[in-house]
Amino acid sequence: MSEIALVNSPNVGLDKTQKGGPYVNELSTLNLGPTHPATHGIFQNILTMDGETIVDAEQTVGYIHRAFEKIAERRPFYQITTLTDRMNYCSAPINNMGWHMTVEKLLGIEVPKRAQYMRVIMMELARLTDHIVCNSILAVDTGALTGFLYVYQWREFIYEIYEEMCGARLTTNMGRFGGMERDFTPVAIEKIQKLLKELPAALKEFEGMVMRNRIFMDRTQNVGGISAERALNYGFTGPNLRAAGVDYDVRAMNPYSSYEDFEFDVPVGTKGDTYDRFLVREEEMWQSLRIIQQAMDNLPEGAYHADAPHYYLPDKQDVYHNMEALIYHFKIVMGEIDAPVGEVYHSVEGGNGELGFHLVSDGGRTPYRLKFRRPGFIYYQAFPEMIKGTTLSDAIVTMSSMNVIAGELDT
Amino acid sequence: MNDQIIEALQAQFGEEGVYGVGESHGILQVTTAVENIVPMIHFLYAHPVFKFQFLTDLAGIHFPEAKGQELGVIYHLHSLENNVRLWIKAYAPIEAPTFPTITGLFATANWMEREAFDFYGILFEGHPNLTRILNMDEMDYHPMRKEYPLEDATRHDKIDELFGR
Repeated sequence: MSEIALVNSPNVGLDKTQKGGPYVNELSTLNLGPTHPATHGIFQNILTMDGETIVDAEQTVGYIHRAFEKIAERRPFYQITTLTDRMNYCSAPINNMGWHMTVEKLLGIEVPKRAQYMRVIMMELARLTDHIVCNSILAVDTGALTGFLYVYQWREFIYEIYEEMCGARLTTNMGRFGGMERDFTPVAIEKIQKLLKELPAALKEFEGMVMRNRIFMDRTQNVGGISAERALNYGFTGPNLRAAGVDYDVRAMNPYSSYEDFEFDVPVGTKGDTYDRFLVREEEMWQSLRIIQQAMDNLPEGAYHADAPHYYLPDKQDVYHNMEALIYHFKIVMGEIDAPVGEVYHSVEGGNGELGFHLVSDGGRTPYRLKFRRPGFIYYQAFPEMIKGTTLSDAIVTMSSMNVIAGELDT
Repeated sequence: MNDQIIEALQAQFGEEGVYGVGESHGILQVTTAVENIVPMIHFLYAHPVFKFQFLTDLAGIHFPEAKGQELGVIYHLHSLENNVRLWIKAYAPIEAPTFPTITGLFATANWMEREAFDFYGILFEGHPNLTRILNMDEMDYHPMRKEYPLEDATRHDKIDELFGR
């Protein structure tokens, strides 16, 4: 329904052919979405425009709502991992690991150091893919297609690493309660080393193409800005908050999965505009590479999963030859394992910000209540305030740089 | 820090105004009456030491067994300066699930409250635009309430007794 309508036009009934009449403001309504190629997802904005200037915006979300929170109330814990994949599908491993850590907190499972480091590596790879998507698409939205093609092949390459780790590419379902499902294979290690060696050059090339590009700077600087105060009031987290100048990063503030072992910087911006968001994400990619390098260098030896037979699927070989393994395998797969009573909140630094899991367990096999704190859902409501008074083309790059992902928005 | 918060809250709202005090995996939680919510959140927001100025999340919850306080709201506040988290819970009867809005203090509460309304039918008094957010407008029930089972109850392959539940 993409029509342009006249709203409250004072010109109705006037003879418009007459020249030299008084100038009268006309507001028009423009539907941006639900399926607009420039919004990269299914959500609608009904814009009220004065010429090319946006006066107001009304948002409609929920087009791909899949009732994850309701479904989760019927599913055994391990089956919920596949739901988390489909929230922010640009960085699915972070969602998976966040969920695993939430349940481990409830169950009281201690994860071995090696598994924690492996998780950090996978999460940082996911952050790389997330930021590669966001930043290169932002460049595309301003008209620079070339850079996107150069870095996107590295996202593809990271998906190959995922494939090596869990067999899937986009919706990964990676890891298990208590650790990882398998150790790094030689191929995975080789690929991660190759990434560490060759991605910096590609990133540099991309930055060289875009970062100081006059057109890109003109399109993004002072566009879609938000002050630190408003950003906090709107519940911003992640790169979007840091671009506004607040150094809140869950990895640094409440370290999980051994993040305290690594040295990394938390980049912050000053203005909170589109360009700052771009720069913060670029710098975070460098920091992610730094973290992965440290984790690979200091990867501890040992088990890659905890000894938690009630929750961790046994080896398939054992299932065939070992009675206990068979019993646990059956109980886990059928979802017959009860969880303790309790209420737990765990949050990780997702690609877009604080991704939280609020889990209420009544001692059954499924959660009693599971609330996902999706960063995208929370900060997207600031969008009308950020684009008021700007033009339509500015609104497009603002939305692009906020990295609003429909799956995360609508659960 | 947690003890100080409880002390300050009890000094402000009385012993009977702050109950259900506990700690769950490092997060402090308190329960309070519905009419205390707004003053309490304002108090914690403006407090010179605690500075709970970030609303992390707001979740509705339904306990059909708890007569007279079936529907609840969990306010998840975060003091970024002290790195302390706090859950404030309040409950209301399902016949009149009215809560005050906190959109006046936190702009982010707008959609969170709409979500709680959409899924649990919790009414937030004073909310600027309390309409459904993720479900379609024509829906005439609140799907996350426990009386709506997820799957068809007549299915025979998922009877709990058969699995010894």
